[in-house]
Amino acid sequence: MVEHGDIRVVHRGGSKINFREPVITHDSRYLLCASGECVKVFSTSTEECIHDLRGHTGLVTGVLLKPSNHLQVYSCSADGTVRLWDYTDGILIKTYVIGCPVYSICASANHEGVIFIVTPMLSDKRSDLFQLVAVDLPQSGDQLVEARELSAVLSDVSSNPAAIVFGRGGEYIASANGLHLEVYFFKKQKSYRFSLKEDNKKGGKNTVTCVACHPKDDCIATGHEDGKIRLWRNFNHKKEYTYSTLHWHHSAVSSLCFTPEGTNLLSGGMESVLVQWRYNQESERDFLPRLGSAITHITVSPDGALFCTSHSDNKITIIQSCVKVSAVIQGLVKGESVRTDMMVDPRSKSLVLNGKPGHLQFYSLPRDKLLYNLDIVQQEYIHESGLEQFEVVKAAFDASGSWLATVEERKQKDAELELNLKLWAFDEQTQSFVLNTTISAPHEARITAMCFCHATDSQTTMLVSTSKDGHFKAWQLGAPAHTEADEGPSWSCDFVGAYHGLVPECCCFSADGSLLAVSFQEVVTVWSPASWELLTTLSQPPKAVRDLCFGRLSCSKYLLGTTANNLLCCWNLLTCSLEWSTSMDISLLLADPLTENMAAFCCQAGSTDLFVFKPSEPRPVFSQKAVCSGKVTRAVFAPREEMLESCEESSQWLNHSQLYFLTPYMDLMTFTTKAEEDRLMASSKQLVIDDSVAMTPFYLLLGKHRQQEDADPLSGLSAERRPLPQCSVAIKELLQTPAHVLPSTSFLCSMFVQSLLISVTNGREETKHVEEEMESEKEEEDSEGEMESSTQRPEQASLGGQAAPALTKAQLRELKRVKKLDHSWFPGLLHS
Amino acid sequence: MASFKPTKVQVYPKLGEKVTQDTLYWKNYKAPVQIKEFGAITNIDFSPVAPHNFAVTAFTRIHIYGPFSQEPVKTFTRFKDTAYCGRFRSDGQLLVAGCEDSVVRLFDVSGKVALRMFKGHTKAVHITDFTSDRYQILTGSDDYTCRLWDIPNATELNTYQEHTDYIRCGVTSKLNRDLFITGSYDHTLKLFDARADKSVMTMDHGQPVESLLLYPSEGLLVSAGGRHVKVWDLLKGGQPLVSLKNHHKTVTCLCLSSSGHRLLSASLDRHVKVYNTTNYKVVHNFDYAASILSLALAPDDESIVVGMTNSILSIKHRKSLDESKEISGQQRRQPSYRVFVKGKNYVPKQDDYLVSKPVKQHLAKYDKQLKKFNVSKALDTALETWTRLRKPEITVAVIKELDRRGTLKNALAGRDEQGLARLLNFLIGNVVDPRFAPVLVTAAEMILDIYQSVIGQSSVVDRQLLRLQELLEREIDYQQDLLEVLGMLDTMFASSLPRKEVNLHLSKRKTESINSDREEDAVGQ
Repeated sequence: MVEHGDIRVVHRGGSKINFREPVITHDSRYLLCASGECVKVFSTSTEECIHDLRGHTGLVTGVLLKPSNHLQVYSCSADGTVRLWDYTDGILIKTYVIGCPVYSICASANHEGVIFIVTPMLSDKRSDLFQLVAVDLPQSGDQLVEARELSAVLSDVSSNPAAIVFGRGGEYIASANGLHLEVYFFKKQKSYRFSLKEDNKKGGKNTVTCVACHPKDDCIATGHEDGKIRLWRNFNHKKEYTYSTLHWHHSAVSSLCFTPEGTNLLSGGMESVLVQWRYNQESERDFLPRLGSAITHITVSPDGALFCTSHSDNKITIIQSCVKVSAVIQGLVKGESVRTDMMVDPRSKSLVLNGKPGHLQFYSLPRDKLLYNLDIVQQEYIHESGLEQFEVVKAAFDASGSWLATVEERKQKDAELELNLKLWAFDEQTQSFVLNTTISAPHEARITAMCFCHATDSQTTMLVSTSKDGHFKAWQLGAPAHTEADEGPSWSCDFVGAYHGLVPECCCFSADGSLLAVSFQEVVTVWSPASWELLTTLSQPPKAVRDLCFGRLSCSKYLLGTTANNLLCCWNLLTCSLEWSTSMDISLLLADPLTENMAAFCCQAGSTDLFVFKPSEPRPVFSQKAVCSGKVTRAVFAPREEMLESCEESSQWLNHSQLYFLTPYMDLMTFTTKAEEDRLMASSKQLVIDDSVAMTPFYLLLGKHRQQEDADPLSGLSAERRPLPQCSVAIKELLQTPAHVLPSTSFLCSMFVQSLLISVTNGREETKHVEEEMESEKEEEDSEGEMESSTQRPEQASLGGQAAPALTKAQLRELKRVKKLDHSWFPGLLHS
Repeated sequence: MASFKPTKVQVYPKLGEKVTQDTLYWKNYKAPVQIKEFGAITNIDFSPVAPHNFAVTAFTRIHIYGPFSQEPVKTFTRFKDTAYCGRFRSDGQLLVAGCEDSVVRLFDVSGKVALRMFKGHTKAVHITDFTSDRYQILTGSDDYTCRLWDIPNATELNTYQEHTDYIRCGVTSKLNRDLFITGSYDHTLKLFDARADKSVMTMDHGQPVESLLLYPSEGLLVSAGGRHVKVWDLLKGGQPLVSLKNHHKTVTCLCLSSSGHRLLSASLDRHVKVYNTTNYKVVHNFDYAASILSLALAPDDESIVVGMTNSILSIKHRKSLDESKEISGQQRRQPSYRVFVKGKNYVPKQDDYLVSKPVKQHLAKYDKQLKKFNVSKALDTALETWTRLRKPEITVAVIKELDRRGTLKNALAGRDEQGLARLLNFLIGNVVDPRFAPVLVTAAEMILDIYQSVIGQSSVVDRQLLRLQELLEREIDYQQDLLEVLGMLDTMFASSLPRKEVNLHLSKRKTESINSDREEDAVGQ
């Protein structure tokens, strides 16, 4: 552990953005949403993430605009703090320490200086009871403030933030929990409690799932488990309250929201249809269907121009007044499990895994952004719980990324297994995958493994699939059909292989494609794909083989396999014998496509250890204990865009490619070195795009130009601290000083020529070294520099004088004199 | 907002034969004209001169039909017994025919009574033909002899007694007046030269020879006998070129298409096969109702005439050019050009602001219903007669989609007698189709579940259910038989495979060599 101290396991992207209701700012330009331990600020027009508000140490559980200042935002977190941020600049203004986990937050303009938070009941430690607490925020100038003035408002509330809402002008607060609706009037300091029966006659469930209050009217809308919406009126009496019922949704209403003027009520649920009800004319409804997946939250911008829906597939849709979808912010879609392996698309270098039902998602790792979803199943998704849907269970890319193979299956209770093997060709024109061949029922039972032949020089592309029906099949791209000219080449079965009726579990091609290894339970068979001859069988362990991997490059003579009885075996293919084996409970074995390295995730005592090794060497290259708890079953080596130059032995394996893995809780993690993190930090600051101007291509051209301009004075700024042997600085100074304040040309000429000559300095090497160091400093200062640039301009002239060491001292003095001179007489000239 | 994704209709590979030029050519005939004769039709011969009448030899008569009439234009009835092989001379004026009573008769096409009677054979004469100089007649008989006769004198010129069995076919050369070939039940073909006294070439066919055919160039000879059709190269001294075995009963008749590029063979197995004469592959196949004894093609392939054992003469005429055009023209009726151009030819002016029209998604009728979740209506639309009969894959796709949505039961339920009958009809038609079976079996089970309470109320539905049951029972038997056959095949294959000793050492060495090669490659790089 100590010796590999610089390699860390870090979260890398893919955090949830649909956990809590997003917030649209008053000018409708930004969208704020809680995402893991930070708050993300998105631009509503460009869909870009502008910055993260980082600081919380626990899960962020709520985001709320400060009612009195619309440029500031509160966020609450499970770490027991509420923080106040300036979201435009991403600065933390204040931290209020509450002391116990906060589950949601709400506030009203009527209650100055008070926020309402939901915390666990302090009296008893059971976590399923919550209370609503009013917190008086202390008015002090400190950054860190302890808020101790808590007063309970309502006890026994739901932890669901959608179940607590302020009524008209903050006069009352409505809270729903289970079958009860409770309304608390602040003036009267009195609460009314309304209850519904557990089940109505038809067996629908009356549990309240969400609450919304009309902004202008005394009306509370509640959404229920059975899809009904109730509008409560006259609730300031215990007995004489009334309610009316609206029903369109067939399953639970997950979110309700009134528009700011109160003319419309929006509701959404599992059906993924946004329903807009006219207030007081409830029979009139508008629908926005097929939004992708179940709606979890609905928000309306304060001016009512934008609607925003969060979806269960980690997506936020921005809708322009229920007419059209204007933007989609999509995070990494994470289901309960990854059925397909994690893969890297050789073309886009993006991470590929199954996302939305029936889709493959292409996720750019460096940009932390979902590139696109590829619809594999191509069927209308029916939003209904308990329905068996087609799922993508296997996918594989060939070496060049021009072919993608996918397997989808659907198993109904008493029907046959429906299985489709689809082959997709990459279309250069549309830059996406196009369906080439569909093979329905390629096997009689589930497909256990699938791999492409990765040899780059082979003429034909080959795919091998193994199935529970005891066969493995080789599929080959056939020649264009001779009948019709417009049909391109399609795939067909080339070979069907079996071995003693055993079930094949995994298959693997050697790096050059000359050998195919297929494991049949405890026997590993090696075939020659050229002649389909069984070359040899390897069977060492008496238990089923779990994983197979050929060595690469210098280790290509080795075949590695893991078995069910905790053995890692390495066969030498030249001698057809076991080279070595070791006892380890390996859950996942994978090979780095670019180096000889292999990674083995090894499950031990509830946590997973990682070993990186070369098959030819006895000592592992790298090992780390307890990278995460639970069993790692999905991981991938992603090739780096640019190679790292780390020379440390322990981190060399990270030079070519990066190892990503998914924890059992579906967190995407990776290994990183200290140096790399620093580099990333610096570059991320540069990446921030000011979105005051729309990101048109023209802007990109011009904006870059402007940024360069902004950066220029910086070189002068940093020159203050270092003796930079750049003649150009002097020239720049000459050029930047207004012409009418410069001395005569003849006076400057000799100095100018001198500056162009190469000076004989002794410390050339040294300065170069310093230059490199400064490079990073410069980048860090970029953001500050941009703000200050306007104020600093006048000073630069004087600073620049010092920054020209190439000049002789006499000349320097001369220049200084000139500069001093113009500063003294220039204002005078203006005033006169 | 994503658009509605229409139901995926699976594309199944087209079953049946491929459509080729040959298929189009040979399918371009009208429905056959069928004429009942008095007995089995043993020979058909077209007159070489226009208007190409043809002589049909059946029982004791020879009828001559005109090209388009269905009534014989002429009949020769002066036979004492069954007539054989009525053939025209190359000028179309004379007709010769053999008879069971061993007398060969020569007729004038316009007359009635025989011009000459050639007596000399002792048994039935099955084969007669004119030589190319028109003055002689070749006959072959069941008395194992073939003879040449002089027409003007009605005298026998020569007798050849080389065959050792019945002579049932023979053909004279059209280019050389002295050459003729005979085929016999003694399995041989013999080429005779009238200038010599004995055969000049003998070929062994291997089966009793039934029919002979010379190519127009007379370099190749085709013989049919047993199930085989054989092609011989006469210029190479009777070397066999090809042996075709495409029929499963005796081939009785051979014929060349007018262009000479296609060879036709007719057989007792009720098929006429068309071969390409360059590669001798079957390119087309005609089916007939009974065993075929004779076949002839009119010049320019204007009609195909086939005579069968059940004494039916079938004549197929080629469709005329405008007739075939008319049909295709009907299919291609489309809206007029104006409909398409309407509003599209407006050129926007310079400062016009173009409002892009949203692309309207065109959905099929059943998809429209599915989009609205009207499941029963969607199924109804998919069960419309045209779709159900012509594109059952669409109906099946809709049923599959409903099943996927979990609403198939709702869609199937609540149907009246007529609706249910239609559904059951579709099931009966398609449930045993292996492409549709997995989907339709589920649907059938659901139907039985839903409607089991109303069984016995409607005779129509009951009858259909019984039919369905019967069909399924038959299918199960059939599948069982297939499995049995498969088992038999497996044992046969297993026993026929040579037992190979697995030489482990050898295979190891092989792997080694492969690997070392690979290593060398790697080093080389």
